[in-house]
This record gives sequence, C-alpha cells and structure tokens, in this order.
Amino acid sequence: MTALDFWTYGVVGATFLLYIGIAIWARASTTGEFYVAGKGVHPVANGMATAADWMSAASFISMAGLIAFNGYGASVFLMGWTGGYVLLALLLAPYLRKFGKFTVPEFIGDRYYSQAARIVAVICLILASITYVIGQMKGIGVAFSRFLETSYEMGLYIGMGIVFIYAVLGGMKGITYTQIAQYCVLILAYTIPAIFISLALTGIPIPQIGLGGNYAPGGGEISLLAKLDQVVTELGFKQYTTQVMGSTLNMFAYTLSLMIGTAGLPHVIIRFFTVPKVKDARYSAGWALVFIALLYTTAPAVGAMARLNFTDTLMVQQTETTEQGLAAFEPQPYDELPSWFKNWEKTGLLAWQDLNDDGLVQYYNDTNEATVAEAEALGFKGSEVFHRSGDSLNPGPDRDIMVLANPEIAQLPNWVIALVVAGGLAAALSTAAGLLLAISSAISHDLLKGVFAKGISEKNELMAGRIAMAGAIVVAGFLGLNPPGFAAGTVAIAFGLAASSIFPALMMGIFYKKMNNVGAVAGMLAGITVTLFYVFQHKGIFFIPGTAFLAPELGMGPDWFFGISPNAFGAVGAIVNFIVAFVVAKLTAPPPEHIQHLVEDVRVPRGSGEATSH
Amino acid sequence: MTPEKRSAYWKANLWLLTILLIIWFVVSYGLGILLVEPLNNFSLGGYPLGFWFAQQGSIYTFLVLIFVYAWQMNRLDKKFDVDET
Repeated sequence: MTALDFWTYGVVGATFLLYIGIAIWARASTTGEFYVAGKGVHPVANGMATAADWMSAASFISMAGLIAFNGYGASVFLMGWTGGYVLLALLLAPYLRKFGKFTVPEFIGDRYYSQAARIVAVICLILASITYVIGQMKGIGVAFSRFLETSYEMGLYIGMGIVFIYAVLGGMKGITYTQIAQYCVLILAYTIPAIFISLALTGIPIPQIGLGGNYAPGGGEISLLAKLDQVVTELGFKQYTTQVMGSTLNMFAYTLSLMIGTAGLPHVIIRFFTVPKVKDARYSAGWALVFIALLYTTAPAVGAMARLNFTDTLMVQQTETTEQGLAAFEPQPYDELPSWFKNWEKTGLLAWQDLNDDGLVQYYNDTNEATVAEAEALGFKGSEVFHRSGDSLNPGPDRDIMVLANPEIAQLPNWVIALVVAGGLAAALSTAAGLLLAISSAISHDLLKGVFAKGISEKNELMAGRIAMAGAIVVAGFLGLNPPGFAAGTVAIAFGLAASSIFPALMMGIFYKKMNNVGAVAGMLAGITVTLFYVFQHKGIFFIPGTAFLAPELGMGPDWFFGISPNAFGAVGAIVNFIVAFVVAKLTAPPPEHIQHLVEDVRVPRGSGEATSH
Repeated sequence: MTPEKRSAYWKANLWLLTILLIIWFVVSYGLGILLVEPLNNFSLGGYPLGFWFAQQGSIYTFLVLIFVYAWQMNRLDKKFDVDET
C-alpha cells in the first residue's frame, strides 16, 4: 500500500464513518420526519444542507473539467446553476412554504384541483430525478474507480451499493445533518487544492483573484488567462477566454434551461418546506447561494489552472526557442510521465496510444487543419491522448477526471489528494440521496398514498418508499454504464426536463390566478414531450446506446433546431409549456372560486402553519 | 384584510420582482452572453471584463439580489401588516 493509498482510505473512511454515524443517530422514525425533518431547521443550517444537496458530482467532479476544456463556453453552467436561485427565491420558495405541503406534486395536485395534474407532475419529477441520478452515478463511478484503482464499470457497481445503504438508512432528518457535515467536507476539499495551485501559479492565495493575476512561473509579465490563451491556441485548440459553446443562441438557451430547471427541481424545492416561516424561506435561498457561490466562484480558477497544468505536463513549452506554434512544445516520454497518468489509465478514463511509435506523448488538436500541417512536419501522426468509452477511443481525457486528478497533476501533498476524493464522494452521495428521497416520496406519498392506495399504513408507505429508492438506484446505475454525456452534461438534461415541465406549472400556479387544470396538464405534457423527443433523438431512447433517431434527410441533423443542443433544449420546452398552457386555459373553464382564493392566500405570508399532509 | 390592501401589497411585490429580475437578466444574459465581445475589450485585473461577468460577476450579483429581495419583502410585510407573528 502506497502512502497515497493509506491517506485516501483513511480520509474517505473517516468521513464515511461520520456520515453513517449521524444517519444512525438521527434515524427517521415517523413519515413526517422521513420527508421533511421536523421543523426546527435554521435558515443558515438549511442553506448549508441545501448547498450540499444541490452541489453534486456535476458541480464538484465534472464542472471544472468542462470549464477547463470549454473555457468561456462553460459559463453556462456557472450562471445557470446559480442564477436559478434568484428565480427560486423570488418566484417560488416563499409561496410554496406558505402553501405548506410536503411535496411538489401535492402542490400541483391541490392548486390544479386534479389527480391527473398530480400524476403528470409525479411522472415528470421521476424522469428528471432519474436522469439526474445517472449523472451522479457517472461521478461516483469515476471517483471509486480511481480510489480503488479499478475500471470505471467496477467503480460504478461499488458506488451503487454504497448509495443504497446510505440513502435507505436515513430519511431527510438524517440527511439534513449529514449534509451539513458533507458540505464542510466538500467545500474544504474543493478550496484547499485551489488555494495551493493558485499560490503556485500566481502567488495569490485567493483563487477568485488568482485567476485574474499574473502567471508567476513565467516571470509574472503576462496574465494567467493570457498565458493559457496562448498555450492552447498554439496547440491548435480554441482560445480559452472566448470559445463559445455552440453559438451565442445556444449559450443563451443553455443558461436559461439550467436556471429554470434549478427552480423546478423537486429535491431543492422540498428544502424550503422545512424552514419555520415564509421569511426564513426567502433567506434560506440566499444562504444556500452563499455556500454554493463559494464553490462556483472557485471553479473557474480550478478549471483554468487544471488546463494549464495538464497541458504543461504533457507538452512542455520551450523557453529558449524561436519556433512558433506546435514546434515550440516538447512532447514528453511516456515512461517518464508522473504516476497520475498511469493511475488514471487503469480506469480507462485516460489512455495513450503511440500512433507514431516514438515513445513520446503528443497532445494537440488534430482536428485543426493548420495544426495538423505543423504536426506532420514534426512527424506526429495524431494526438495520442484519449479516453475509453465502451470499446471506442475518444480524443482527449475524460473531462470528469480533471478535478480529481488536478491535485496530483499539481504535485500537491497526499492528504490533499485524499481529501479531494472524499469531497467528490460527499458531493455525489449527498445529492444522490436527496434525489432518491424525492423519487421515493413521489412514488410512496404522491402515487400510492395520494392516488392508488389511500388507506396505506405509515409503515407500508415507508417500505414502499425504500423499495422505490432501491429500484431507482438500479435503473440509474445501469444507465450510468453508458451515460449520455459527461456528468455535468447528463445533469443538464435533467434540468431541461424539470425546466420544461415543473417550473412553468408552479410559477403559473402562483402568478396566474386563472390558470386551470386542463391548461396546466396540457402545458406540462407538451413541454416535457418536445424536450424528451429532442433529447432522445440525439442521445437515444432512455439514453440506450444505438437508439438515437436523428434524421438529417428530414432536416433533423445534430442540433437541428436553430443550433440548440439537446442539453439546452429545456428552455424551448419551457416556452412551449407556457404557450400551450396559456392558450388551453383561455379556451376552457376558469378555475373554481375556492382555488382562486387559495392562490390569493398563498400570496400573503400571514397564517402560514406547519407543513401538513392530506 | 381588505381586497384593496391585498392587491396593493401584491402590486408592490410585483414591482420589486420586476426591478430585480431586470437586473438579473441584464447582468447574466446581457453582460455575460450578448455583450461579452465588446466588454472583453476592457479588463478587470487579468480578466477580460465580459469573461469576468460570465464567470464571476454574475454570481456575486445574484447573491446581492436575493438578500435585497428578502430584506425588502420583510419590510413590505410589516408595512402592510401581513407578516407572520
């Protein structure tokens, strides 16, 4: 066992004992506690737990990797996943707290006086949540595969087992307190390496400022971002600070989809039912964003610095040379690469193939014609860094390894590397648990108790919830073997589904008194249908490989709708939802008098009681 | 509570929402996406300005917006006497 293994097992083991200890100590005993953790959760504590719940493998493990390789284009994740909190705080949280029910489908069912609306909401919620869990499974698989030095698939199976034990043991109460512990672990794990790396590259300890600082190893004459722009463009990649994701329109839609998805995801909304007062619901959203922003404003520095270090380790830029472009870099011999490269090769998420048999690792953009011409003159036969997916080799490293590999690449001490693994697992586990709880309450509380088996006992309701959780883990795990994208991309699809279905129904339920049952149901169905159609068309039906049905001959090639990518399509789905709901509501009977009074009542804070069940 | 007072409270709420959401939109979609290229001609430390808004500035603005909203709404609740006791 190496020193690094020792540290990793030690830190991961210690944090797990802590979470499990808290979960057992606070084991849920009644259904009320299982779902919403009693009442006495302070806004700051609730904000911290919401932040842990919210920041998943997508935020922790995946996002900075996508920033590293998409530069400015990945701003959609940064703005999308924080700006949604403004919508949540201003448009939903206080009103849903006043309404005082346990689950999102319950609100929709009551507001639209319709069991059909409730069932449609449950289905949309389950689709979005399962897709979200697939993204978590990808992250958990990556973390476990590296930590246990095994293949990604094996890492995923082990992760499924851990998530199962973890989520089924405690309800929300256990989760609220464990999530506070998890937030502390994950934020330390994220910021400590960032501080070290920022110090090394810029001499500035605060990463948010370091990213705007000067590149110290080069003598401090050029800013870090300018240096990065120069290195990546010479290797044939797009300029870091200006590369867009698709097009400006696509970035606009992508950001919008993530923002309104944030405000439509059940496991986050449910958090605002647990605070004592409407006033607290408003502040809770703010506190949640404070804790989230700590990570989100650090991520751009992590991404940029990881890209620079990664590139610099493989292709060393010559200082005393008059050469320009690719010729100014020296590829390194494979045998002399640091151990992180070989460790990650074991997972299949990083791979090297010596295309020109020179024992050196060439890494550049071999789809850029100008760079390819330079490469041929140097005797390169293509970029040699890949990642495996199934049996195929894809160019570049798997983006989801960047955050975990970052401290190793930067040669930080072993305890920091171990802490990052523990943080990644904390992020993935806490979100997976929160989502699984939302899925289980949707099935046991909304479908069984609310619709199909009204007389069900509390004990059986809890049992049904746990079976639903187990089922969801198995489904998400198997779909996670062939995820529809990197973790953050997969999660973005989940947001699109929530954006196109749940958010418009909630918002119109509060702000448009005349919205009726038929309109809301038609809107949700239309929104999620167009979004699912577009996503499945690109990524396969239920993401099963080989079932994509793009039809370029009908004008339906990749991103055929105005260049909008499937990950960003939730914005279009939401607009369809709003329009369909509005038109249908105009053509059908307005909601009854008592529902309109209910809406007026929800708009005023006074008189909010405890959350109640039917 | 009279219907007039109720509707005045709601109007004040909507007015506040509108102002805050305009700022929300302008900073993220405006400065961070649509106007990013012209803004990148300016810089903030080593950051191109548009890039800074997209990856840092918008997030700080969102934080301020939520706390301003919570603070103003609590004042409004008291003024219209609809706050929780």
